[in-house]
Amino acid sequence: MAEIQNYTMNFGPQHPAAHGVLRLVLEMDGETVVRADPHIGLLHRATEKLAESKPFNHSIGYLDRLDYMSMMCNEHAYVRAIEQLLGIEPPPRAQYIRTMFDELTRFSNHLLWIAACGIDLGAMTVFLYCFREREMVMDMYEAVSGARMHAAYYRPGGVYRDLPESVPLYKETRWTKGKDLKRRNEWREGSLLDFIEAFARDVPSKIDEYETLLTDNRIWKQRTVGIGVVSPDKAVQMGYTGVMLRGSGVEWDLRKKQPYAMYDQVDFDVPVGVSGDCYDRYLCRVEELRQSAKIILQCVDWLKKNPGHVMLKNFKVIPPTREEMKDDMEAMIHHFKLFTEGYAVPEGETYAAVEAPKGEFGCYMVSDGANKPFRAHFRAPGFAHLSSMNELASGHMLADAVAIISTMDLVFGEVDR
Amino acid sequence: MNAVSRYFKSLLLLELWQGLGVTLRYFFRPKFTINYPEEKTPKSPRFRGLHALRRYPNGEERCIACKLCEAVCPALAITIDSTQREDGTRRTTRYDIDLFKCIYCGFCEESCPVDSIVLTDVHEFHFEEREESVVNKAQLLALGDRYEEQIASNRRQDAAYR
Repeated sequence: MAEIQNYTMNFGPQHPAAHGVLRLVLEMDGETVVRADPHIGLLHRATEKLAESKPFNHSIGYLDRLDYMSMMCNEHAYVRAIEQLLGIEPPPRAQYIRTMFDELTRFSNHLLWIAACGIDLGAMTVFLYCFREREMVMDMYEAVSGARMHAAYYRPGGVYRDLPESVPLYKETRWTKGKDLKRRNEWREGSLLDFIEAFARDVPSKIDEYETLLTDNRIWKQRTVGIGVVSPDKAVQMGYTGVMLRGSGVEWDLRKKQPYAMYDQVDFDVPVGVSGDCYDRYLCRVEELRQSAKIILQCVDWLKKNPGHVMLKNFKVIPPTREEMKDDMEAMIHHFKLFTEGYAVPEGETYAAVEAPKGEFGCYMVSDGANKPFRAHFRAPGFAHLSSMNELASGHMLADAVAIISTMDLVFGEVDR
Repeated sequence: MNAVSRYFKSLLLLELWQGLGVTLRYFFRPKFTINYPEEKTPKSPRFRGLHALRRYPNGEERCIACKLCEAVCPALAITIDSTQREDGTRRTTRYDIDLFKCIYCGFCEESCPVDSIVLTDVHEFHFEEREESVVNKAQLLALGDRYEEQIASNRRQDAAYR
């Protein structure tokens, strides 16, 4: 009789459920995964090396492109590392703006996650609803930074520009007029803060809709409950952070444990899972959406009451405003110096981490006193999660491997860097 | 009792009907999507799209070839050559931007001391040949002339924040 051998197959890199460019070599026994071997590096762009060859500020735009679903959180880790090396502290208004936009980023990331995970597991409708809300967050990004995704908005010493007093309005067209136009512009009449507030007040009802579609749905439960279970000990051992860790019941959130920006000033809860399966991770993310809305409202409240600077005034690090630059010779000299050679930071090394939507996104930076980092290393949460693919997937069916990949919330921009 | 109610809930497909109820409600609501090429979503005055070189109102080009944008460009997308013109002013002889390299970070606009290089809010452009991705000075100035009104109004709206 012929000997039966396991079948080895490639999952990805072009598979739609591989979330980008993951190549997973699966050893299959029938439909059961015996061994899962993730191959990475197909989106490697040498961001760390690039950052070492340019003045500090130039790399901000590249940080957006690491985890391209949580843009401003990446920038936050990077600018915090520079700020720590320089020993500067941004003004409180900038800190609140950062807190608010970190949470909006978490919002857009988790919305995309629910949408993509839904599609992976066969729920199409929730994708459409999530993208509707995500579009609003994109509009907010565009209103402050000018780009819908790759914002380059955070700078060492604050944020580039203050929040605008107006939001662009929909114009009247053949299809959109009268009541329709009014409905579309309803939230956009006031300032950006009004827009964000209206959005954050309304969004819990939208989250209820996603939950109606998914939380109790029997197909959704069959696909996620008991799939990819990680025990708390194992999760800590494997270097999990973020929702992957909290889903297993370990209460660890950098926003609570090592508060940065204004997270110690706002009130929020950290959802923690019980059984550590895909379903618990889903529930944690949905609850994080609600908590984000809560934080955003508190930030909006503070920002409305406290106008002020969003950038430090320190011409050795931060370029002067355009008016100053055109008015004053010294400011002009600083402008030229900062935009050609940048600024030098003192010798030293530092590590700055933020609670990005996917987990702990950290930036380890060594400076030798020059105008560019001697070494920059980015700690991507997705890399640690993906490394445990074999432990999670082996023994499950092929279709469950898809559920596991998608609840890891992988984005290959950050895994490969 | 609990088990019985759970049994009936499960048998009657309750949660599936609730989910379908959500989609049915949206079936009758006004659409969120727009008819794209005819209708467009509003764009912020800070929008960073296609580049353009501006002129002063008297028709003189603004760019003085200080090369700050070339120095600050993280992607090294800008190439500038300069010369002294007959009237003694410093001008560019070549100003190329490779739009494939450009990452639209907006640093060139931030750095420009004379508001010459700007990112317009044009986001719909295409190339038919590969080499068309490199736009030269004449093309950039033409873009500036074409969109000057929009560029100036956007800069005016955002002046207080820069």
